[in-house]
Order: sequence, then structure tokens, then C-alpha cells
Amino acid sequence: MTALAGEASPTRTPPWRDVRVLRAVAQIVFLIGVIAVAAYLGNNLLNNMRRIGIQTNLDYLDQPAGFTIPGSSFRRTQSRMDAVMVGLGNTLRVAVAGIILATVVGTIVGIARLSRNWLVRTGARLYVEFVRNVPLLVIVIFTYLAVFLRLPRIEDSAEALGGIVSVRGVWIPWYEGGDRFATWLLLLAVAAAGAWGVRRWRQRVQDRTGDRAFGILYGLGVFAVGATVSAVALGGPIDITIPDRDGRLVSGGIRMAPEFAALLGALVVYTASHIAEIVRGSIQSVDRGQNEAAQALALSGPQRMRLVILPQALRVAIPPLANQYLNLTKNSSLAVAIAYVELTKVTGDLIGNGAPAPQSYGFLMLLYLMISLVIAAITNLVNRRLRLVER
Amino acid sequence: MSPTVAAPDLVPPVPPRSPRVWMHRNLFRTPGDSVVTVVSGTVLAYAAYRTIRFVLITGRWEIIERNLTLFMVGRFPRDELWRVEVAIIVALGLAGLAGGLVASGRSISDPEGLEPDAGDWPTRVRTAVARLWPVLAMIMVLLILAGTPGPALLAIAGLAALLAGRRVGALIPRSIRGYVIGFTFLSPFVVVAVITAGGGVGWDQWGGVLLTLFLAVGGITLCFPLGVLLALGRRSDLPAVRVVSVSYIELFRGVPLVALLLMGSLTLQLFVPPSWAPGPIIRATVVFTLFTAAYIAEIVRGGLLSVPAGQTEAAKALGMSPTRITAFIVLPQALRNVIPAIVGQFISLFKDTSLVSIISLVEILGVAQVITQQPGFAGQGLTAETLVFASVIFWVGSYTMSRESQRLEAKLGVGTR
Repeated sequence: MTALAGEASPTRTPPWRDVRVLRAVAQIVFLIGVIAVAAYLGNNLLNNMRRIGIQTNLDYLDQPAGFTIPGSSFRRTQSRMDAVMVGLGNTLRVAVAGIILATVVGTIVGIARLSRNWLVRTGARLYVEFVRNVPLLVIVIFTYLAVFLRLPRIEDSAEALGGIVSVRGVWIPWYEGGDRFATWLLLLAVAAAGAWGVRRWRQRVQDRTGDRAFGILYGLGVFAVGATVSAVALGGPIDITIPDRDGRLVSGGIRMAPEFAALLGALVVYTASHIAEIVRGSIQSVDRGQNEAAQALALSGPQRMRLVILPQALRVAIPPLANQYLNLTKNSSLAVAIAYVELTKVTGDLIGNGAPAPQSYGFLMLLYLMISLVIAAITNLVNRRLRLVER
Repeated sequence: MSPTVAAPDLVPPVPPRSPRVWMHRNLFRTPGDSVVTVVSGTVLAYAAYRTIRFVLITGRWEIIERNLTLFMVGRFPRDELWRVEVAIIVALGLAGLAGGLVASGRSISDPEGLEPDAGDWPTRVRTAVARLWPVLAMIMVLLILAGTPGPALLAIAGLAALLAGRRVGALIPRSIRGYVIGFTFLSPFVVVAVITAGGGVGWDQWGGVLLTLFLAVGGITLCFPLGVLLALGRRSDLPAVRVVSVSYIELFRGVPLVALLLMGSLTLQLFVPPSWAPGPIIRATVVFTLFTAAYIAEIVRGGLLSVPAGQTEAAKALGMSPTRITAFIVLPQALRNVIPAIVGQFISLFKDTSLVSIISLVEILGVAQVITQQPGFAGQGLTAETLVFASVIFWVGSYTMSRESQRLEAKLGVGTR
């Protein structure tokens, strides 16, 4: 009668048949196994490092780097930690610029793929089908060696739209801000908040009375007035400087080194082809009935787009888009092939100048993980917000 | 009380088909459309003109012609090349065998025998060309560039092996089919064995397309067991197992492959006793395996989620143990659902193998960069030619595979159920 367990029989389950005990034992055995493997590998690592004579602590980060970084004011005597931070800054610079540009280009191409115009559709398709199926590294190296290093010399540089294009780099018009610009940005934020409030108020009026209340027009008006008044009050917060070439010297504007421009260009071209597919897919994923129903409710074209299609398409598009942003950030490490000094390249340079490889790469992984986690956290936030708006 | 009148069978008007109508609908629908057409037409025409001019007139393709063998096999010893040739024929024969098995298996389970074997010979050839035109065009270009009869003979022998394998595969009796399918799954190892057998050529002499394929196929095959284990571990109800799996997956997915490859090439030999120190190709394979396992784990996890809970519950009701439920009920269905995604991962691995040129292994991209430094070609700025050639090889491979994977997806009906 031992088969009767539980209340019927007061005998306790023996430990070797108790699921709770078995689970605990299984986990302990598993953890011991994992720790044993890790300890074995770590022990090998330490022994080998001692044998070859690599330092095993983290002191190297405070020692002077011993090399300079082109395009920054980094000095040889600054610490290795500072060098890594310069690299991190360069990674973030190319990543942010790349994400913005790739989103713009990708959206345009994605919409072009849905165009009714056969030429536009086909051109966009050719671009996407070719670029998506070629390794990014090939594109990076091609852009650098076969495009940017083949540009005209600075003496006979090409000038277009206020920019200067030459083998020494690309100059584009830029703003010269300073403190006044920062103040203006602050005031703009205040104006934007005010505009948002006014829009909300007009929306409520419209909801209550049923008359059109022109919320967006009111909001834009408030913002425009705020921006103009504050700009006048500050006496012109920004000066746009246009690059100007005199012989071999360029003054004004902002310079992009050929390495930076090539990496940025390649990342944008490659990521835009992936984003284009996401944009196309997410617009196509919205059921046709949604558009037709909105038409039946007499919503105008832009209203249909803004109130019906886009919110649904965006919800589909955000997770893969965030994934592409993450990929772009990680792919900026391909700069090692063309000597743009971002995180991975600076780590390689550190090791070339005597920093211990295992710790340096461990630190590198840590930094990339932090970037990934930040982007993932932002995505989750946006996702949650979109879901709340929807239901 | 109006009597119901049957609506007359109205046939929707068929729009007339003519070039003029087509152009009006697709190019000149509105004035704005016409402007767009003219502008984009000019841009596209200029791009096409530049491309054609580069390919046919200004491009100096001698550098490719002279280094074709280097592109294919790298520094593989030239008097041992027969090993590669035998391996190609064996691989194609085995691929044909697998294809024949699958096709004959389908004709039983799916008597309609929809595609691609339907129809007579001309139709079948036409279907094959429509599906594989990039590969066929690439082979033609290679044969023309090679200019000697050897490669052409190899291509014919390979084609013969493929067709013969297909015939044999269709004839194999059902009773031993399982074993044969198992054997064809081992075919990568058979090919590697053929190439390296009998004190032949060490891996460190491999290069070019051979190395690219080796790294990609090796990476995807070896990572699979680890990836499946990680996926199961992430779904485990034991917290310790789950935490370890999730940490592994997130660590490897959060870090760029280049950084891992560089780290692997500099530090991997430090993790093992000095006598085991692996060579550069092994180090790269290990990194690809560890890296891809994390992505495969996420793909398989998606597959596990797609298996309805009722399957597990039914198996439990039949008294199966958890291990058997996973092995025989859940995993087979989960893996079947994610085959297209795994092919996608293989494609990106195939493209990512180009990264090993950074750690100075000479795969396709490595060859493309090395040969511009050759005496006779150095300093002439031929990078455009070699890089375009390399990118076309990559494009042919991954475009064909992604098209085939879309077909597979449609056939498995993954998205539709």
C-alpha cells in the first residue's frame, strides 16, 4: 500500500524520490560542473599568463597609453583608461549619426519599394537585394579604399551644397553654438512642452464640442512663436559656418575624417537596406481593411496615415528596428579594418602597445554589453508605451 | 414584394494589356509621377552606364584571371588540388543523393508532386535555371575566366555526380532510407575527410572559397548541439540552469563578432594547456561556434514556444518521461518550424566569415585584399576590381540561399498556420 501518497499515507517520500530534493541536487551538480569548467579555464589562463609574463591585474588601465589617436587631442602620456573613453566616444559618435541617417534613408527606400512607379520600385529593390546579400566588411573596405581614398586631392576638391569633398576628408556646414545655443535649446524644450499642452487642450475642446479645434496648428503656432521670440531675445543663438578652402587649408564647418566618413557611409548603406525591408514589411502588415474602414469613416489621407496605419505599423516595426540599431552599433567595430579609432580598434592598439590582452578584451566586452543593455532598456520602454497607447 | 432577381454573371472588365497601358499605369500615372520617373530614370541609367562601362571596358580583370585559383582555394598546395576536385564531386554526389531521397519521399507523402520535379525535361531545366541562375552565371563566368579545359571538365563531372546521386537517391528502398539520410547529414565531414585524408593538406593551408565554406558549414554544424541545449536551458524550470543559459546567450549576443574574433585569436590559446594550443583556423571556428550557438539558441527557443502546450500535455498523459517528451515530441516539431530561420542564420554566418580576413586568414575577402599587393599589380589601385569580384561571390551565395529559404518557408507553411 505504499503507492498511496499524500494525505492518505503519513509516510514521507524518501529524499531520492522527492522532486524538490532532486531539483536542488540537479542544480547543485549543474553549478558544480559549470564552476569546474570555468575554474579549469581560468586556472589555465592564469598559469599561461604567468608563464608568458603578462600582468594579471587591472593596473594597466592607469598606465600611460603611449600612442596618439588621430582626430582627437589625446596625448601619449594620458592613461589607457582615457584612450578607451576616446574610443567609446568615437563609437557612440558614429553609431548615433549612423542610426539617424540609416533610419531616414531606410524609410525612404522602404516606401519607395511600395511605390506605384515601376522605376522607383525596381531601383529600390535592386539596391536592397544587392546590399543585403553582401558582407558589411566588403562594403566598408570598398567605401574606404575604392571611394574615399580615390577622392580628389584637397587642391582640386569638389564643392557642392556648401560642403567640401576631398581625400583629406569631408567638410560640411555646421553650427557654432556655445552657451547661447545651449540656452536656446533649453528654451526650445520649454516651448515644445507648452505647445504640447496647448495641443492637448485643443484636443479636449474638440472631443467635448465636436467642432474642429485645430490642435496641431495651435501647437505649432505656440512652438514657432516661442522659438522666434527666444531666438530674437538671445540675439541669434547659432551661427552656421560654411567650410571655406584656401589652398590646402580649410576653415569653418566641421571635418569628417575619411575613415569616419567611409565607416558611416558603409554602415548607413548596409543598415538602410535592412531598415527598408522592416519599413516595407510593417506597412504591408497593416490589414487593408483598416485603411478601408478609416476611409469609410471619412478620415482624410493624412489622418488615415497618422491615426490608423502608422500606429499599427510602428508597433510591428519597433522591435526589429531596435535590433538593427543594436546591430549598427556593434557593426561599428568593423572600423578595425580601416583604422577608425573606436572601441575595438583602440583596444587592439592598447594591446599592441603592451596592455594585457585578456583583461583588455574583457573590458571591451563589458562596455559593449553596457551599450547593448542601454539600447535594450530604451526599446522595452518604447514598446511598453506603445502597447499602453494601443489598448 | 419585389421578386428576387438573380444578378447577371458580371465578369470584371479585363484591362487591356499593351506596352502603352503598362507604361501609363507604372510610369506616367500623374504629372508628378512622370517627373519622378524621369529623374529616377536618369539616375538609374547613369548608374547602369557606369556599371556596364566598369565591367566591360575600364575594369582590369587580369588580376582576377591570374589569381582565380587563389580565390578558390587560397594557398592550398597546387599539386594536391585533386583532393579538392574529388571532394567537390563527392559533395555534389551526396547533395544529389539527399535531393533524390527528399524528392522520392515527397512523391509518397505528397502524391500531387507539385514541384520542382513536375513536368518534362525542358520544364525541369527551366525551373532549375530560374531558381539557380546566379550560381549558374557565376560558374559560367569562372569557366570563361579560367580559360582552360580542366575546370570545365570538373563542372561536367560534378553535374554528372549530382544527377547520378539524384537517380540513386530515388531508387533507395524505404527500409534503409533513414541510414542514408543520416549519412548525407555527415557529408561535410566526409568532404573534409577526403581533403585531409592520408597525411594530406593541413587546415592552415586552406583559403579562398574553400575556407569560407569550411568556416560557415563547420560553424553552423558544430554550434547546433550547444544552441539546442542553451535553448532548452533557457526554458528549464531549474533557476540555476536558466540563469547560466540566459547569461551565456545575452553575453554573446551583446558583443560584436569582430571583437570576439580578435579576442579569440589573441587569447584562446591561453585558456588551454600550452601543448593543445589551437591554430588560427581552429580558433576562428571555435569563436564562430560559440557566437552562433547563442543566436541558434534564440531561434530554437522561438520554435519551442511555437509548439502548442497540448502536445506536451498529451505526451504526459501517455506517461512519457520529460526527457522523452522533449526528445521525441517537442524538439522535432520545434526544429521543423525554425528551419528557415536557421538557414537565415547560416546565410549571415556565411557573410560573417569575411571577418576572419581581419585576423589575417585568407578567405575570399582576404584574397581580394592580398592580391592587390602582388608584384605586377601593386600600387595600381585595383581594389575596386577585386572587391567587386569578392562581393559578387558572396552575393551569389547568400542571394541564392535566401531565395531557397523563402521557398522552403512557403512550402513548410510556417507563416501560414
